[in-house]
Amino acid sequence: MDAHVAQLQMQYRNYILSLYQQGFLDDQFTELKSLQDDGSPDFVAEVLSLFFDDCVKLVGNMARALDQTGTVDFSQVGANVHQLKGSSSSVGAKRVKGLCINFKELCEAKNYEGCVRCLQQVDIEYKTLKAKLQDMFNLEKQIVQAGGIVPQVDIN
Amino acid sequence: MVMAAEPQFHVLAVDDSLFDRKFIERLLQKASCQVTTVDSGYKALEFLGLREGFEINDPDAVSTSPVIHQEVEVNLIITDYCMPGMTGYDLLKKVKESSACKNIPVVIMSSENVPARISRCLEEGAEEFFLKPVRLADLNKLKPLMMKTKLKNQKLEEIEAPSKDESGTVAAVVEPEVKDLTEIGIKILPLQSEVEPKQVHLQVVQQEEQTMSNNKRKSVEEGLSTDRSRPRFEGITTAV
Repeated sequence: MDAHVAQLQMQYRNYILSLYQQGFLDDQFTELKSLQDDGSPDFVAEVLSLFFDDCVKLVGNMARALDQTGTVDFSQVGANVHQLKGSSSSVGAKRVKGLCINFKELCEAKNYEGCVRCLQQVDIEYKTLKAKLQDMFNLEKQIVQAGGIVPQVDIN
Repeated sequence: MVMAAEPQFHVLAVDDSLFDRKFIERLLQKASCQVTTVDSGYKALEFLGLREGFEINDPDAVSTSPVIHQEVEVNLIITDYCMPGMTGYDLLKKVKESSACKNIPVVIMSSENVPARISRCLEEGAEEFFLKPVRLADLNKLKPLMMKTKLKNQKLEEIEAPSKDESGTVAAVVEPEVKDLTEIGIKILPLQSEVEPKQVHLQVVQQEEQTMSNNKRKSVEEGLSTDRSRPRFEGITTAV
């Protein structure tokens, strides 16, 4: 086997494992990958793309809702958090999902400061994840370009 | 493309979130189902041939002219619970209230685990309640259920079309059935059954199926009585 390909594959494996170990991803992401096949080779990329679009939109909504010089509509914020929690849960974005759970409680408690802080964290977190996953996709591309196959990584 | 030895199930998936629609669509495809996705309960009812709470072919409806639209057989409805306007629960109720569609199994999905909500849905006739994110294993659980419904439809079709070889039973209905009106583009008016209430095991045929199935199907609601209260199109013979 080509040494270069093997090395890339090793790198890829380690990278994926680290994403799980550091809590960026959970086993729902594994499930997502299993839904991809030759018939739908870009499924994961497409779904993630939709997810990150959602993030931009929802974070924007929440920022606007929290940026009121008057009464903040916490139920509005909460509704957006609910959506984000749903989609992050579906893609296996573990940290984002975790933040959303906290966020929801803060909304219910109408904790303004808490919500603002949490929103900032959500913003950072989804962008971080996006960058990490981009790196992952780049590695995949490199492997394929080097003539190799992207390995299935067993998370256990 | 694998030639499916196993039958194709057609699932109608309802969710207002684009993301969730994409997700459930892939899941269903992976489970070897044909999928139609819609973004609201209203669109779902439209697709099913129901509208605004009354059936298109309701004898009390203002218009009794045939509605020319294509209907396809639906073996399962899977719907999100939380949707603006018409919730999944509302949709469930409408489906179960409709004589044409009440036998289609309905599954509810929700991202929230609310026991009261779950039991309410199950009591209203939902087959299953899935917590999101739904998994492939969840959908595979539904296959026996869809198979059962599909087979029942087929069985009833055989009973009603004694011209077919494999049918050993001859029931009251002897009139030739129209198999494929897609060329003609006309939908047979359903027959309002005036029979006594059907037992649970004998379900109203929603659709007919061709043994050599193609994607286009028509939807017919039929009673098992020879007593026809609605006019039928004359002169249209079987085109199997």
